[in-house]
Amino acid sequence: MTTGGPAQSGAIAPSGRRLPPVATVAVASMALVLTGGIYLASYLPGRPALGPAVGLLAAAGVLLLANVVLLGRVQEFAWGQFFQVGRWVLLGYGVIAGMLEYVFVLDGTRGTPLVLMTLMLAVFAVDIPVLLAFSVARYQAADPTAEGTAPGRS
Amino acid sequence: MAAVRQDLASALPGVSAAAPPRPPVTIVPLRGLPIVVVVIALLIASIAADWRWAINFFHVAGGGLWTGIDLFVGLIVGPILGRMSVPARVEFSTRFMPKMLLIMPTLVTITLASGWQLAHDLGLLDSGYYRHGWVVASFIVVGVMAVIAIGILEPANLAVLFELKKPQPDGELIGRLMRRFVYTAAITGLMQVATLVIMTRLAI
Repeated sequence: MTTGGPAQSGAIAPSGRRLPPVATVAVASMALVLTGGIYLASYLPGRPALGPAVGLLAAAGVLLLANVVLLGRVQEFAWGQFFQVGRWVLLGYGVIAGMLEYVFVLDGTRGTPLVLMTLMLAVFAVDIPVLLAFSVARYQAADPTAEGTAPGRS
Repeated sequence: MAAVRQDLASALPGVSAAAPPRPPVTIVPLRGLPIVVVVIALLIASIAADWRWAINFFHVAGGGLWTGIDLFVGLIVGPILGRMSVPARVEFSTRFMPKMLLIMPTLVTITLASGWQLAHDLGLLDSGYYRHGWVVASFIVVGVMAVIAIGILEPANLAVLFELKKPQPDGELIGRLMRRFVYTAAITGLMQVATLVIMTRLAI
């Protein structure tokens, strides 16, 4: 059936085709950047060992890229709805991430911690549109114009 | 209108052709957007001007509403919704979910941004603060709530809205997604109680 939240390893599209676990991967990536952010924030105004934060960010980035690859391989999908939702969510979470970045800069966060925080916010702001857009599009009928391929694929 | 009623009747068990007309489905209530813009602009101005009262107000009011809505939806509205007929649930969702889509992210943003700034101004973020452990605990609770809310609750909310836009919405799918929405709202509501404990510990 079409049930299942992010905890589910895969979902089935209305067409009956099994979809990759994009939502699960996006939530895992989001959890990693949140953990990294909490780790950095808990040491303020000091500077913690940056290794764990870099590791968490790298892992989150890899998961995000994996999601892009997984999505790129999906066929028969409601890409129109995916991009329609994704654009608006990207705008909304871009504002939220920008708001948080503004507060960090205003409060004097500088150097490598600021770079790490910024990259974490960037991953966060991309993860969520992917997650929400996928969550909507997976219940929609595939685009008739998609002809079974993802955008950009021949 | 009669055609819509007929569509709904054929799509959802228990819906007769005499069922009340389904209200038009709006994903984002555009009339509410100016209010959100004004609230966010006031928040930014308060932080930029370091207007302590306003920052405090945003944090207390935003946090109180966030907690209250989560608990009310999860523990009061949820069980009632579960006992309603499918058409009633559909009509309720059509009117309720778009508003939540606008209200909740706004409340979360103003509460977190003002809370961070307030903690910074009061020196609570300093790792040398004697109750710093409680501050870190609040980060963790908020982080877990964010994963639940963004990873499960919000996707369910959006998926319901898009399902309702279909000419023949799947009543069973809507019911399932609404249950997920309500349960996760209840979980985050209960976690909000943990936040209340932490905040009142910090306020002593």
